Amino acid sequence: MGLEDLLKKVKHRFNDEKAEAAPRDEHKPEPQKPDIKGVNIPDDLFFKCPRCRTASYKEDFEKDRKVCSHCHYHARLTWRERLDLTADKGSFAEHDAGMESLNPIGYPEYADKLKKLQTQCELRDAVITGECSIRGYKAVIGIMDSNFMMASMGSVVGEKITRAFEYATEKKLPVVMFTASGGARMQEGIISLMQMAKTSGAIARFSDSGGLYITVMTDPTTGGVTASFASLGDIIIAEPKVLIGFAGRRVIQDTIKQKLPDEFQSAEFLKENGFVDMIVERKKMRSCLARLMKLHNYEKMGGET
Amino acid sequence: MKLSATDRLALIRLKNRPTVNDYIPLIFNRFMELHGDRHYGDDAAIMGGIATFYSMPVTVIAQVKGRNIEENKHTNFAMPHPEGYRKALRLARQAEKFGRPVICLVDTPGAFCGIEAEERGQGEAIARNLMEFMTLRVPIVSIVLGEGGSGGALALAVCDELAMLENALYSVISPRGFASILWKDPTREKEAAELMKITSEDLLGFGVCERIIAEPAGGAHNDPQLMADNISEYLFDAMKRLCAVDTKLLLDKRYEKFRKIGMFTE
Repeated sequence: MGLEDLLKKVKHRFNDEKAEAAPRDEHKPEPQKPDIKGVNIPDDLFFKCPRCRTASYKEDFEKDRKVCSHCHYHARLTWRERLDLTADKGSFAEHDAGMESLNPIGYPEYADKLKKLQTQCELRDAVITGECSIRGYKAVIGIMDSNFMMASMGSVVGEKITRAFEYATEKKLPVVMFTASGGARMQEGIISLMQMAKTSGAIARFSDSGGLYITVMTDPTTGGVTASFASLGDIIIAEPKVLIGFAGRRVIQDTIKQKLPDEFQSAEFLKENGFVDMIVERKKMRSCLARLMKLHNYEKMGGET
Repeated sequence: MKLSATDRLALIRLKNRPTVNDYIPLIFNRFMELHGDRHYGDDAAIMGGIATFYSMPVTVIAQVKGRNIEENKHTNFAMPHPEGYRKALRLARQAEKFGRPVICLVDTPGAFCGIEAEERGQGEAIARNLMEFMTLRVPIVSIVLGEGGSGGALALAVCDELAMLENALYSVISPRGFASILWKDPTREKEAAELMKITSEDLLGFGVCERIIAEPAGGAHNDPQLMADNISEYLFDAMKRLCAVDTKLLLDKRYEKFRKIGMFTE
C-alpha cells in the first residue's frame, strides 16, 4: 500500500466518526512502514517510534498502551496514564499534593517555568506519590512524569520520595516506584544533588525495617536518579526498550569520540550486564507487581482481582 | 580577601595544587594501601587503606588527582569507575567491622562517563554507596580538597560532617556542564560558576557543609605543610567529637543532616 493511499485512508477514518466502529483489523496497517523520511507525516495521526523509527497509527498505538507495535518500545506515559494502567480504579489517594519547589540558587525565571509546567502537566512537580492498591494489594506508589522538566530531581521530588519511604516504613507497606528522569535538577544547584543522598537514606531505613521496594524503570531513567533510588530496589523491573543509564549518551560519545551502538543503555543492555532483574511488558505489569507483593507475604485487601 | 567562584575554579585547577598524595603522608602515619573491590579490579582513581591518626587506626578513602600527566593517566584524572566506588564501600564495611572511623578525601571532576563504566553499573555503584554509607556504624568525615564533582563526589560524601578547604568547590555538575546543558553554551562557564552557589561559604549556608578549613594565603599550594596542619587540626577535633557520640545517635544525626535539605513550600 502506498503512503498516499494510507494517508487518505487515515484521513477518511479520522474525519468519519462512524468509521471508528468499523472492524479495526481490516483497516489495520502493516506494522512495518515504508521509509517515511522526507514525507511530512502529521503528528496527530501517527506515532513515530524513536527506537525503530516505524510509524503506526496513533489511535492503535494508544489503544496498545503506547507500545510500539513493531519493536515493542514502551513509550513515555503521563502520570495519569500510568496511574490508570497500574492502580485499582478509584484506589489512589495522593500524598503531599500541594508541595512546590522554591528557587534555592535564584535561577533566572525558574519560578515562571515551574508555573507554566504546573498548568500544562496538572502536576506541581515531576513526581506524584500516594497510596493505592494494585490488584488488591495495598502499596505506596510513586510515578515520575518526564513531561515535567524531564522529571529531574529537585527539592520536591527528593522530599516526596523520602516521605513515601518514611510513610511506607511506618505503615509497613511495600513501595512501587515508576522511575523516569533526566537526573538531578541543575536549576536547584547543590540542593538537588543532596536529594540523592536523602532518598537513598530513606530507602536504607525502609529496607532495614524489612519493607519490599520494587523499582520499575521507565523511559528514560538516567543520571542522579539512576545513581540513587532507582537502582536500590529489592527487585528492579524495566519496561522493554527503555533508556537506562548514568551518563548521557552524548557525553559518552564526546568522551570516546565514537558512535555508540543502538542497544547501548537499553533495558536489555542493563539486564545483560546484571543491573535489572526482569523486563516486563506493560500489559503484564499489574499482575507481576501483585504477584511480587504476594510472594513477599503482603496481604490482599480484597477488591479488584 | 575572599575569592570569587571563578577565581577558585582556576585556583583548584592549578598544576601545583596539593593532592592526596601530598596530604596523606603529612596528615597520617604509615598509610597502608589496600587494593581492589573483590569483584572486578582495582581502580587507581580511588585509593584506600588504613593509617593511624594520632595513634588511632583510621580508614582513609581518597580520590586521586595526578600531579603530572603520567599520574593523571594512571588515576584517570580522579574520575572513578564503578570498581572504585565498590572498593570504597568494601573498605568502609571493613572499617565498620573493626570499629575504625572513616575519613574520605574528595577531589574529583565526577564519576567517569564511558562505555565500561555503564556496563559495570556506575549508577548502581554510586547509589549503593549513598545508601550504605548512610547506615555505616562508625563515624565518617568527608573533606572536599578541590573539586567536588556531582554524584561522583557525593558517593564519598555521605558522612557525619562535611568539611571543605576554603577554596574547594562542590556542585551538582561542573560549571561547564551546567552552561552547556542549560544554555547550550559551554563558554559561559564562568557565569555559571558565579550563579551556581558552589563555594565553601555557599555550601555552609545551605547546611551541606559543616566546616570550612582555612587555606594559606593565596591558596593551599603556597604552603602544603600549613594546609595539612589545618586539616589535621580539624580532623583531630572532629574525631574527638564524633567518636564520643553513641552509635544510634550518630546515625540519627547523619540521617537528619541530609533529611532536612530541600527548599519547598506546601
